[in-house]
Amino acid sequence: MSALELRGVTKTYGAGAGFVQALRGIDLTVEAGAMVAVMGPSGSGKSTLLTIAGSLEDPTNGEVLIDGTVLSGMSRNAKARLRRRSVGFVFQEFNLLPGLTAAENVSLPLELDGTGARAARAAGIAALEGLGLGDRAARFPDELSGGERQRVAIARAVVGERRLLLADEPSGALDSVNAEEVMRLLHEACKRGVAAVVVTHDAQLASWADRVVFLRDGRVIDQTAPPPGPESLLGAAPGGRPPGSHRLPGEGP
Amino acid sequence: MSVRHALLALLSEGPKYGLQLREEFEARTGEVWPLNIGQVYTTLQRLERDGLVESDGTGDDGPQKGFRITAGGEQELAGWLRTPPDLASPPRDELVMKVLVAARVPGTDVHEVIQVHRRYLVELMQQWTRIKEAEAESDLGLALAVDAELFRLDAVIRWLDSADGRLKRAAADPPRPVPAALPRLRRRVGARL
Repeated sequence: MSALELRGVTKTYGAGAGFVQALRGIDLTVEAGAMVAVMGPSGSGKSTLLTIAGSLEDPTNGEVLIDGTVLSGMSRNAKARLRRRSVGFVFQEFNLLPGLTAAENVSLPLELDGTGARAARAAGIAALEGLGLGDRAARFPDELSGGERQRVAIARAVVGERRLLLADEPSGALDSVNAEEVMRLLHEACKRGVAAVVVTHDAQLASWADRVVFLRDGRVIDQTAPPPGPESLLGAAPGGRPPGSHRLPGEGP
Repeated sequence: MSVRHALLALLSEGPKYGLQLREEFEARTGEVWPLNIGQVYTTLQRLERDGLVESDGTGDDGPQKGFRITAGGEQELAGWLRTPPDLASPPRDELVMKVLVAARVPGTDVHEVIQVHRRYLVELMQQWTRIKEAEAESDLGLALAVDAELFRLDAVIRWLDSADGRLKRAAADPPRPVPAALPRLRRRVGARL
């Protein structure tokens, strides 16, 4: 069972002269433990893909499955519950609530979902500790650095049993060293079993992913091959053979 | 990479033996630039001939011979560190040529050509990032060298992205005549076909 599956997803907005076809038949599967980056220019449909994958919007056609559950037949409330339990979001602007401490920000989604305050707080602290922020639990967002705020946002996205992490330019507001730290932590979360989709136009960030999918005009036009071991680069002559010359079966052109 | 100046840098920390110099050179550059042993000794001979290092003079040239930097060597090193490498004249870039040619070859989708190269570069970056993820926290030299490679590849991808967008826009707009003053510059950057 995949953590996320999109089957033939299309999305259109507006009508007549204002008609926009944002997604034109997207097939994408993300297994538990995998980090997939989605790259593409502005207007290629990256962010739309993410909001549909996270059930914040419905597709015009096609199916979205989260942990094997088909979303299309579900009520609005059932979808919201699934989203709270299974999906974490990370945005460029962190979106922390300024009046809550780091621990309260992280445990909030669990409390909204009906978890008792004490259990939610314990899970929140555990998530913060997992991201090296145990000593920042009682701080408010404005007492944290930009990098720390984004790590709190990641903790909030993976707290509890959530297994799907959707990130839109998660380190776009950070300098390159902090951006790298955010990607390193996201990739570590994936190694612990979380599935992640990271939307970015930055190749350095995308290169942290296990697989990079290229989006153009609402279509997946290409994706990277599984990388060979790192030994292939050390000692390799610059300009040598391409690292992968085959595509995954069933996806890409 | 200038082996000559790397050796001067290692000797600026204090006198060292030939073998030690080779080992430290490899450790500091994260094994990204492998060096053969002969290169170390021939370079040391030349440095000694030029008065930039002194040897203890005992025995043959070999792993056990000791070297120290001279005042002239220190001056040479300080000057080299502050001399910018020649980045002023654009290199004849093979990838740039391929994209320029692809835009003109009938029946060729230049955007497809660009994507082939973009995917290859992203795959290379994934491999470098894996090395950084696995090793670089404990090896500062390697982290710096891998970062340099990642930024270089990233710059090429950014150029491909911008070429992609520019060609897309140009396909919608008719080309404008080239101003008379530009041909020499165009030749210089290799844009003349």
